[in-house]
Amino acid sequence: MASPLLDRHLHLKAIDTFIDPVQPRERAIITHGHADHARSGHGAVLATPDTIAIMKTRYGEACAGSFQPVEYGEPVSIDDVRITLHPAGHVLGSAQVLIEHRGQRVVVTGDYKRLPDRTAAPFELVPCDLLVTEATFGLPVFQHPAPSDEIARLVRSLEANPDRAHLIGAYALGKAQRVISLLREGGHDAPIYLHGALLRLCALYEERGIPLGDLRPATGVAKPELAGRVVIAPPSALKDRWSRRLPDPVLAMASGWMSVKQRARQRGVELPLIISDHADWNELRETIADTGAETIWVTHGREDALVYHCRQQGLVAEPLNIQGYEEGEEDER
Amino acid sequence: MKAFAQLLELLALTPSRNRKIAALAEYFAKTPDPDRGYALAVLTGALSFRNVKPAKLKEIVLGEVDPHLFALSYDYVGDLGETIALIWPHHGGTEELPSLTDLIELFNTTSKGELPRLISSLLTRAEINERWAVVKLATGALRIGVSARLAKTALAEMSGKDLQAIEEVWHGLRIPYAELFTWLEDRGERPDIDHAARFHPMMLSNPIDEARDLEKLDPADFSAEWKWDGIRVQLVAARGNVSLFSRTGDDIGPAFPDVVEAMMGDAVLDGELLVGADFAPGPFNDLQQRLNRKVASPKHLKDLPAFVRVYDMLFDGSEDIRALEWTERRARLEAFFTRHRQTRLDLSEVLDFGDWPTLAEHRRRGADEHGHEGVMVKLRTSPYVPGRPKGLWYKWKRDPNLVDAILMYAQRGHGKRSSFYSDFTFGVWKGNEIVPIGKAYFGFTDAELKQLDKWVRTHTLQAFGPVREVEKSLVFEVAFDSAQESARHKSGVALRFPRINRIRWDKPAGEAATLEEMQVFIGAT
Repeated sequence: MASPLLDRHLHLKAIDTFIDPVQPRERAIITHGHADHARSGHGAVLATPDTIAIMKTRYGEACAGSFQPVEYGEPVSIDDVRITLHPAGHVLGSAQVLIEHRGQRVVVTGDYKRLPDRTAAPFELVPCDLLVTEATFGLPVFQHPAPSDEIARLVRSLEANPDRAHLIGAYALGKAQRVISLLREGGHDAPIYLHGALLRLCALYEERGIPLGDLRPATGVAKPELAGRVVIAPPSALKDRWSRRLPDPVLAMASGWMSVKQRARQRGVELPLIISDHADWNELRETIADTGAETIWVTHGREDALVYHCRQQGLVAEPLNIQGYEEGEEDER
Repeated sequence: MKAFAQLLELLALTPSRNRKIAALAEYFAKTPDPDRGYALAVLTGALSFRNVKPAKLKEIVLGEVDPHLFALSYDYVGDLGETIALIWPHHGGTEELPSLTDLIELFNTTSKGELPRLISSLLTRAEINERWAVVKLATGALRIGVSARLAKTALAEMSGKDLQAIEEVWHGLRIPYAELFTWLEDRGERPDIDHAARFHPMMLSNPIDEARDLEKLDPADFSAEWKWDGIRVQLVAARGNVSLFSRTGDDIGPAFPDVVEAMMGDAVLDGELLVGADFAPGPFNDLQQRLNRKVASPKHLKDLPAFVRVYDMLFDGSEDIRALEWTERRARLEAFFTRHRQTRLDLSEVLDFGDWPTLAEHRRRGADEHGHEGVMVKLRTSPYVPGRPKGLWYKWKRDPNLVDAILMYAQRGHGKRSSFYSDFTFGVWKGNEIVPIGKAYFGFTDAELKQLDKWVRTHTLQAFGPVREVEKSLVFEVAFDSAQESARHKSGVALRFPRINRIRWDKPAGEAATLEEMQVFIGAT
C-alpha cells in the first residue's frame, strides 16, 4: 500500500519532510499545536502563522531552528512537490496538509471537525486520491450531540446550583477557548475564571482576534465569590488540590469522551459535557466519502472500526499504527 | 419518563451519597403516583421485565448495526446497555416517550414477537439520555450505584419517618406502593402487614479488626459460633405455609422442597442453608449445584439433601421477639427445637471459649481441619436489628490461603472499570507449562489497577477480542478461601473467592507455585 510520495510514518521522501513527527526531524510540517502533533526540537517547521504562534507560546521562541509561516490556501512548491494548508476546523491554526506531486493528491487531515466553531477557521473539504484521516472517535458509539444543547445543560446546572462553583475540565489549547466562546454565544456574559495554565493561551486567542469576554484568573479570588461562577481548568486539575479553593464545585468536563457515562464516572465527573473538537463517527464517514479518495490511511485513535467501514465501502484502507500516540491520552480531545 | 431518565443519570454520576439521597427524595416528593412507585420498584430491584433479556436487546440492535462494529464498540464501552444507547443509529426525539407507568405497562403487555418493534420505536423516539434509561429499564439491570437501602433512606429523608419503620413494612408492600406513600405523606395509617408471614430484612455482621477491636471487647459479653460455608437463609413458617428466603428476600423454596416440607412448627428462623447427609455439610460446590436450578431434580434431592443450620429466631410462633436479647432468643430457639422435632433443621453449635486467644485457636483449627470460613462473634445482649448495625455481630474470617501465581490473560472490565484491563486469569506451573487456576478482578487499589492496565498493554502477546494474552512474567500473590478439585478446569483445581492480595513486581515467574503445591490446599478442605 506504499505511496511513492508518503510512507507510513508520514515521511515525504522526495523532500525529506515529516508531517507531525514525534521525534525531532530536520524538516517538519505541523498540522496544529496539540502536544501529540507539535513537538519542540525540529530543524525547520512549516505551519500556519497561528500554529507557529501557539508553538512559540507553549514551547518558547526557540522551539524549532526556523519557521516558515504559510497562510491557508497559499501553495508552497518544494522541488516538484506542492504543499497547501487548508483549514481543519479543529483548533486555532489547525490545518490539513494537501500534497500534490505529478498529478497525485494526498491529504493528511491532522485532527479535524466540521461543526461550526468561532475559535477556528471552518473545515474545508479537499478532494484527493489518498486520504490520511484521524480516527479519535472512530466508533459508531460516538455521535456527538449539538454543542448548544450541552451548553444549555451547563447553564441549567448553573441556575440550579447558585451556591456551587462549576469547575469545567477543558484542555488548555482549543477546548477551553471553545467552551468560553460557546458560553458567550449562549448569552453567558458573567466573568469566567481561569486556572493559571490557561491564561497565556486565552490571551493569545484574543490577540489573534477571537474575543472571549471577561476572563479573570481564579487564583487569589475569595472562595465565596466563585459561587455560581464558571471556572475552567485543565482536566488534570479537577481532582487536584487546586480545586479545593472552590466552593463545593460541580465537576464538569468538556470532551467527546464524556458521551460514555462510565468514563465520566471513572473520572468523578458529575456534569459531562459532550463537546468535541474532533469529527464524530458520522462526520468521519461523510468526509471519507466526500473527498472521493480511493485509498484511506487511518491513524490517531480507533483505527480498526474505521478501516473496517472503509473496506465495506470498497475502499483500500489501512491502519497506520504510528508509534508514540498512546491510547489513553484522552484529555487532549 | 424524562424526569426518571434525568434522575438515573444524576444518580449514576453523582459521587456524593448525600446528594444522591437528596435527588431521590426530591424526585419522590415531586413525582405523582403511580410513576414514583414504579420508579421506586425499579430502583430497589423489585421489578423486572422477564421479556427483555440483554441478548434480545442485542439482537434488536444487530438488526440495525453491523455486528463487527457493534463488537468493537461494546469492547470499547464495556457496558452493553450503554453501548446500545450510544450506537442506536436512528434519532427521532420529537415525540415524547410514554410515562414510566405506561412504559412498564407496555413492556408487560406486549407479546414476545412484538417486543423488538416496540423497543426499536422507543429507542428511536428517545433522546440520548432517555435511550440509556429505556435500555436500563428494559433489562432491569440498572447498576447505577443505588442500593435498595439508599432508596429507602431517601424515603425516610423525604417523610421524616424512621428508616427502620420503613424497612419493617417493606416486604409486605405491593408495587406501586400507593399505601406506602400515603403513610409517608401523613395522609393515612402505616400499612398493615402480616408480620409473621413475610420476609424480614436480615441482621448482618461487621468484619472484626483483630488489632483494634479485640482488646476493647470483653469475651464474657460475647457468644461464638462457626461461620458456615453455605448461604444465609430465612425460614418463614406461619399457619402451615413455609417459605425459604435468600438474604435478599428471594423465595428459593421451590428449589429446596426437602427443607420446606420438613419444617415443623410456626416461626421465623435465621440460619445457613447447607447440603449434605446426616447434617454433615459437604463442599460449597454441592450446594451450588442445587442453587443453579430453580426446581430441584429427583436426583439432586436424593444425592444432595439440603438442611438448614439455624442460629437465630425472629418470630416465635406469631410473636415478634426481635427486640429480645440474643441469649433470650437463643433460649426460645432451643425450646422450639425441643417442642418440634426437626429432620432437616439443626441448631448451630455455640462454641466454648474463655478468652480471645482460645477462640483464635478454634478459628484456626476449624479452618484447617473442617474448612470452616471462620467464626461469628455475637454480643449476648444484641437485639435482632435489620441492616448492618455496628458493635453487635462480628465475623472473624479465617486467614486466607496464599499462592503465588502467574498472570496469563487480562480482560477489560465492565461498568466503572470498562476502559481498564481489570479481569485477570492466572496460573501455576505444571512441569514446564503454565495452567490456569482461577480468575480475579479485585484486591488491588485504583492506582495499582492503572499500573496493571499499563503493564498489560505493554506486555501483550496476542489479543482475542476483549482478552489479551500477556507475557508470562508477572506474579500475583493470590489469596483464596479454599481450593477444590474441579473437572471443569484444565488444572483440575478451582479456587473459592480468589482475590489479588499483592502484586509481586519483584518476583520472577520461575518462582511461582506449582500444581503439586496446590494439592495441599485441596486436602485441607
